Amino acid sequence: MARPSVRVFHKLEGLFSIYKPPGVHWKLVRDTIETNLLKGINAAPPPAPRQRVQFLAESTSVVAEGSNELTLSAASVPALAHHPLVSGPDFQHIGVGVGHRLDVFSSGVLVLGVGQSNKALTDLYRSHVTRDYTLEGELGMATDNFSHTGRLIERTTYDHITRDKLERVLAMMQGSNQKALLTYSKVDMSTQGAYELAVKGELRPDGKSPPIMTGLRLLHFQPPHFTLEVQCLNETQRYLCRILHEVGLELRSTAVCKGVRRTRDGPFTIQHALTHQHWTSPDVIQAIRQYRSSRKASKAKHTQPGKDTGTASQRQEMAEEAAVTGDSHRLHSVLTSKAFGS
Amino acid sequence: MALTCIQHCQRCTSLLRSRSVGITTLQYSTDAQHWPAALWNSFIVPVLPSLLQRSPNPSQTRQRWNLGVRSYCESHAKVQPSQTKHRNTDELPGTDMVSYQNPVSHQLIDGGMLLKEWQTAFDLDDAPGHSALEEISHEEAVRMDIPAALPPVSISLKDYVNESETLGKLVQLGVQLWKLEQRPNVGSMLLRLDFQTDVTPRLVFLKQLGVEDSRLGYLISHNPFILTESLENLQARVAYLRSKKFSAESVASMVSRAPYLLNFSVKRMDNRLGFYQQQLGLSAQKTRDVVARLPRLLCGSLETVKENLKICKLEMGFRENELQHIVTVIPKVLTANKRKLTQIFDYIHNTMNIPHDLIVKFPQVLNAKYLRIKERHLFLQYLDKAQYDPAKPNYICLDKLVSLPDEAFCTEVASATLKDFELFQKTM
Repeated sequence: MARPSVRVFHKLEGLFSIYKPPGVHWKLVRDTIETNLLKGINAAPPPAPRQRVQFLAESTSVVAEGSNELTLSAASVPALAHHPLVSGPDFQHIGVGVGHRLDVFSSGVLVLGVGQSNKALTDLYRSHVTRDYTLEGELGMATDNFSHTGRLIERTTYDHITRDKLERVLAMMQGSNQKALLTYSKVDMSTQGAYELAVKGELRPDGKSPPIMTGLRLLHFQPPHFTLEVQCLNETQRYLCRILHEVGLELRSTAVCKGVRRTRDGPFTIQHALTHQHWTSPDVIQAIRQYRSSRKASKAKHTQPGKDTGTASQRQEMAEEAAVTGDSHRLHSVLTSKAFGS
Repeated sequence: MALTCIQHCQRCTSLLRSRSVGITTLQYSTDAQHWPAALWNSFIVPVLPSLLQRSPNPSQTRQRWNLGVRSYCESHAKVQPSQTKHRNTDELPGTDMVSYQNPVSHQLIDGGMLLKEWQTAFDLDDAPGHSALEEISHEEAVRMDIPAALPPVSISLKDYVNESETLGKLVQLGVQLWKLEQRPNVGSMLLRLDFQTDVTPRLVFLKQLGVEDSRLGYLISHNPFILTESLENLQARVAYLRSKKFSAESVASMVSRAPYLLNFSVKRMDNRLGFYQQQLGLSAQKTRDVVARLPRLLCGSLETVKENLKICKLEMGFRENELQHIVTVIPKVLTANKRKLTQIFDYIHNTMNIPHDLIVKFPQVLNAKYLRIKERHLFLQYLDKAQYDPAKPNYICLDKLVSLPDEAFCTEVASATLKDFELFQKTM
C-alpha cells in the first residue's frame, strides 16, 4: 500500500519539456523545478499517526496493601518517532535530470526527466536527435565570444549585403554540411541502399561526429538584423554563434549572435513546453501524460507488423523517425525553393 | 550436589520458558528463600545475579542504559539516590551515573533480600553477569519494567523522542526536529534541556511578550538557542526595545518574524539602531517603523547595508531624500542582493528609459523579479503599449506593471489574453 506521496512521485516519473528563459543558468532552472515538484509531492496528507502500546502499572496504593496482584493497564500512546515533524517529509530529494543543456545566454526547449525516466533521457540523447534553433544575428559587429554580450573587436559596413548573397552563402554552408553528413554516416556511396536512405533523409552519423547542420534557412532579413533557422546534430550553442560569425565573414562583413532559441529537441516541440508560471507538479504531470499519449499515437502510425515495441531502443528509433520525417520535408523545401526561401 | 544444581537449573529454565519473561531487566531481586541453604556456597558465584556487581561489566542492557543516560541525560529519569540503600551494588561509587529507578521497582526491592551479608563473603570482582537460569516469582516478573534500550549515540532524534519529555512537548508545539537535528550539536543540546526548568520559563516569557502560540514552533525551529539564553538577558533586551519606544505589539511582531533578535546583545542592537538613524537621516519614529517592518535589519551584518547604500547613492545616483523615501516604502532594498538590484535598475533606467523621479514614486519595481519586468515590458513593447510617462496618454503605471498577477496584467494593462502572453514568452 503506497503512501500518497509515493503515488504522486510515480505520476511524476516521466519526460517533459520546459521553456528556459534567457539569462538563467540551467542548473537554477533544474533546482527550481525540483523544489516545486517536492512541494507537490510532500503536499499529500500524511498517514494516520501510529500508536504504540505502553503498559502502565497501577497506582502504588494498591500494591502497598500487601496484595501480590499487580494489574497492568495498556495505554495507547502516539509513537512520535514517525511523526512528520521528527522524521521529516517523505521526499527530501528527487532525481531530476536534464537533457541537452542550454547555456545562460540561450533560451528554448529544455527536456527534463524525473526518477526512472533519466535512463530514457540518456538513450534519447545517444541516438543522434535533431534539434531546431532560431538564431538572431546582427551584421556589422564582431565580438570575442560571437555574441552581443562580448567585448567588441571590430565594426564593419554591411550595405553591400543583399538577401540573395546571404542565401547563397547559406546554401554553400549547407552543402558542405551535407557532405560531412555523408562522410560521417559511413555508408558506401556507391550502393543503392545508401541512395534510398539519402532520398528519405534517414542518413545519420554513425558514432561520434562533429556538429552537423542538416538544414539551414533564412527566415527574416532586414539589415542589420536577420534570423536563421537551423536544424543540427551534436551541436553546442557556442558553435551556432560561431556559425553566424562565419556567415558574416563569408559576406565580407561581420556578424554577432543576438539570440539563440531552441524550438525543438528531438520529439519535444516548443508548443508543449512549459513556461515558468507552469513549473508546478500538476502541470508537469499533465505534460508527461501528453508526451506519452503523443508518443503512443506516433508509434501506432509508424509501427510495422512483426516489430515489438517494448524496448527503449525501439522507442528511440520511433523518436528518431518522427524527427526525421519532419526534417525531410524541410530539406526538400529548401532544395526546391531555389534560394528564395519560403 | 551437582545433580541438585542441575535440577535447579532445569527448573529455572522451564519456569522461564513458560512465562517467557524478558531476561534483561533493570531491577531484579532474587527470591533466595526458594533455594536450599546448602546450595549457597556452590551456587553463589554462577547464579548470583549482577546485584553484587561492582564489576566493570554489569549486564549489557543496564550498562547501555546507564551510558545512554549519562551521555544524553534523559529529562524524565528521576534520580533518587536516597532510596538506593539496598541497591548499593547498582551504584558504582565515584561515577556520575544516573541509575533509572521507577516507583514500582522500589516496592520490589523492599521485598527483596538484603545483600550486604552476601557481599562480604564473596569476591566481588569476579561476579559473573545476570544468569538466565535464575528463578524469580511470577509477581516479580509481571512487575518488571523493561526499559527501552536507547542507543548511546545516534544521528537522529527519532530514537529519543518517545522517551524524552522535552522532545515530545517540542513536537506538540510544532518544532521541526528533523531540520534541527541536521545542525551540529543542536540535537544534543535539546536533549539535555529539562522541560520544566529550562523550556517552560522561556515559553511563558515569550507568551507574555505577546508572541502567538502558533508562532512558537516557527521561532524555536529557526532559533533553538533561545531556549539556552538566560532569562535576565532576554528581559534586558526587551526592556531596551521598550525603552526605545517600540510598542509591545511591534516588539512581539519583531520577535516572531526575526527569531534571532533576542539573542543579540543590547549593545549590538543599539549600535544598529544608531547606524540606521544616522545614515538614513530619518526621524526616530520613521526609523522605528522601518525596523519594525524589517526586524532582520537588527540581526544581520551592517557591511551589506553599507554597500547597498553606496550603490544606491553612487551607482544609481539617488539623492538623499529620494533614498529616504525608497527605504521607508521598501526597507528590503537595504538587504537586497547587490547584483540583482543593479541589474533591475539598469534595465529599468537604461532600457525602459524610466527617469529617477518615477522610480522613486514607485519603489516596488526595485523589489520585483527581473524576468517578470523584462517579459512584461517586452510584451507591452510588442503591442506598442509601453508608455510609462504620466504626461502622455495611455500611460502604464509601474506599480501595475509589477505587482499585478499575470491574469490581471494581461486583461487590464495589455488588453490581451493569457494565452497570447504565454506564446509571446516562448518567443523571447
